[in-house]
Amino acid sequence: MSTPVTSMRHLLPEFEKLKKRYPAGFESSLTLPCLRRIQKERGYVADEDIDWLTEYLSVPRIQIEEVLTFYTQYRRGPIGRWHLQACRNVSCSMRGAERMIDHLARRLGIQPGETTADGRFTLDHVECLGSCGTAPVVIVNETYHENMTVEKLDKLLGELK
Amino acid sequence: MSGRKLLMTFPVTPTSHLLAEVRQRGGYETLKRVLTSMTPEQVTKEVTASGILGHGGAAFPVGRKWSVIQLADGQPHYLCANADEGEPGTFKDRWILENSPHQLVESMAIAAYALQVRNAFVYIRGEFDLPYHRLQGAVDEAYEAGLLGERILGTDFSCDLVVYRGAGSYVCGEASALITSIEGKKGYPRNRPPRLTVRGLYQRPTVINNVESLSNIEIIVRMGAQEFRKLGTAKSPGTQLVSISGHVAKPGVYEVEYGTPLAKFIYEDCGGVLGGRKLKCIIPGGISTKVLTDADIATVTYDHKAMEAVGSQVGSGGMVVIAEGTCMVRLLQVMLRFYHHESCGQCTPCREGMGWLHRIIDRIVDGKGRPEDIDALVRISKANDGTTICGMGDAAGFATVGIIAKFRDEFEYYIANGRSKCGGVLEVDAPAASAPRETAHA
Repeated sequence: MSTPVTSMRHLLPEFEKLKKRYPAGFESSLTLPCLRRIQKERGYVADEDIDWLTEYLSVPRIQIEEVLTFYTQYRRGPIGRWHLQACRNVSCSMRGAERMIDHLARRLGIQPGETTADGRFTLDHVECLGSCGTAPVVIVNETYHENMTVEKLDKLLGELK
Repeated sequence: MSGRKLLMTFPVTPTSHLLAEVRQRGGYETLKRVLTSMTPEQVTKEVTASGILGHGGAAFPVGRKWSVIQLADGQPHYLCANADEGEPGTFKDRWILENSPHQLVESMAIAAYALQVRNAFVYIRGEFDLPYHRLQGAVDEAYEAGLLGERILGTDFSCDLVVYRGAGSYVCGEASALITSIEGKKGYPRNRPPRLTVRGLYQRPTVINNVESLSNIEIIVRMGAQEFRKLGTAKSPGTQLVSISGHVAKPGVYEVEYGTPLAKFIYEDCGGVLGGRKLKCIIPGGISTKVLTDADIATVTYDHKAMEAVGSQVGSGGMVVIAEGTCMVRLLQVMLRFYHHESCGQCTPCREGMGWLHRIIDRIVDGKGRPEDIDALVRISKANDGTTICGMGDAAGFATVGIIAKFRDEFEYYIANGRSKCGGVLEVDAPAASAPRETAHA
């Protein structure tokens, strides 16, 4: 079988290094970390990535498809440059999360789940992020911004070019 | 302060989590002593004698779990730390991961020796960014210093530790779903028996402990079980990291010795309710534990037996303080939306039941509730109990039944009048300009 072409081939040495810390013969465990790394590189997981991992890790294609649809953090398509994820679970709601999400939606002119027309922002609401004591929290790409207020949000949005 | 401390014993500074400072505090001395002068059986014996209960929520005795592992069975054994902290209201393990990651790493190396584990894992939730980097940094430092990997500290014992990142799934905090996820699959929980200590990760005997439980192992071995048991109560030895949030004056993570009066902890250590308001109730240990009113907590001590006696649990240590004036119907709506979102869909009662509960509570909040809806919420909750592979369905039911039992009048008022008795308020100190909203949030 020919090896699938992939633009992510440069990650191979990293994956090989990772493999060494896992028990031999259980390459399937690398599915989640490899997908995460590819997504960090490309911004999302493309069809060719699935083809490649199927081959590289010797796991059934359906297993990778299941992982991609089961876990909420994986994406199959591009999103905005700045990904805003606002928690709206119990403690955040009790400290103003609903106001924060309404404010973000109004300021950006989009609803949660949408991306601004200029591709700058994607807004999502998410469930508990383990930041209840510093609620409300908004994640920007990977960074937690805690104890948010409307004023702090406005300042933050201005900084995210 | 609420009793003696075991974990929060040093001032947190920007460098206090790094190996150099950890070593100045005596870090890895216990590991050295274990590897050079104790047998694996002696370690497990000490842990069992300590009586420590699991700190993740279920309070299962750690020693009893470990004792199932047969050291001479000729099989590989695995060890996993559960750092998938996702129970709403819970953020205590994050304190360890960010501020004391070496406490976990050293304890895991000791546990791995006791259980004869060659490959150990920390399963950390995918959203945790700083906790991941702090922990991975500690693991890298430990490898560099010969405290992990081949022939640790020059002994015959070798152990690899992988920090495995989840990808956004509440149910993966359930032990069997967690190992299924490490195997590279969608995180479906597995039917027991066989227990995971018999057949777990890669079909081999596996011990899965919460981050805080494991972090106590080094302490237990250092102090000795007898000294450890001097903290806490007879049935709940030691301490619990409590993460407290919601309408509380001083939110954060506190270390509480078991047996401390709960009211003293909330009113003295945590400054009571935000803005001096009256307390309506607390969620004591993650939203899946039953709410307790001010009267319930007046005389209770914070330990497993006492919390169960008033109808709730220590749970995950994730405490949420709820002030007078909060709408419990809308609060339950937030919870049920969450459970519906997180049901993995494997078992019918949970997959369907969570949807029904969510739709009914949405209908009530939309002002279209029917008188029979309250009983329907309770009935569906109870139908879930014990009919699913994992405990998620049960947990949603506990939360629902607990809130309705104590605040049924609010549900009746909402249905009869089409609006909240408490103005739909969740944020009790919202700026006056922003009107609370009473519509369902899809």
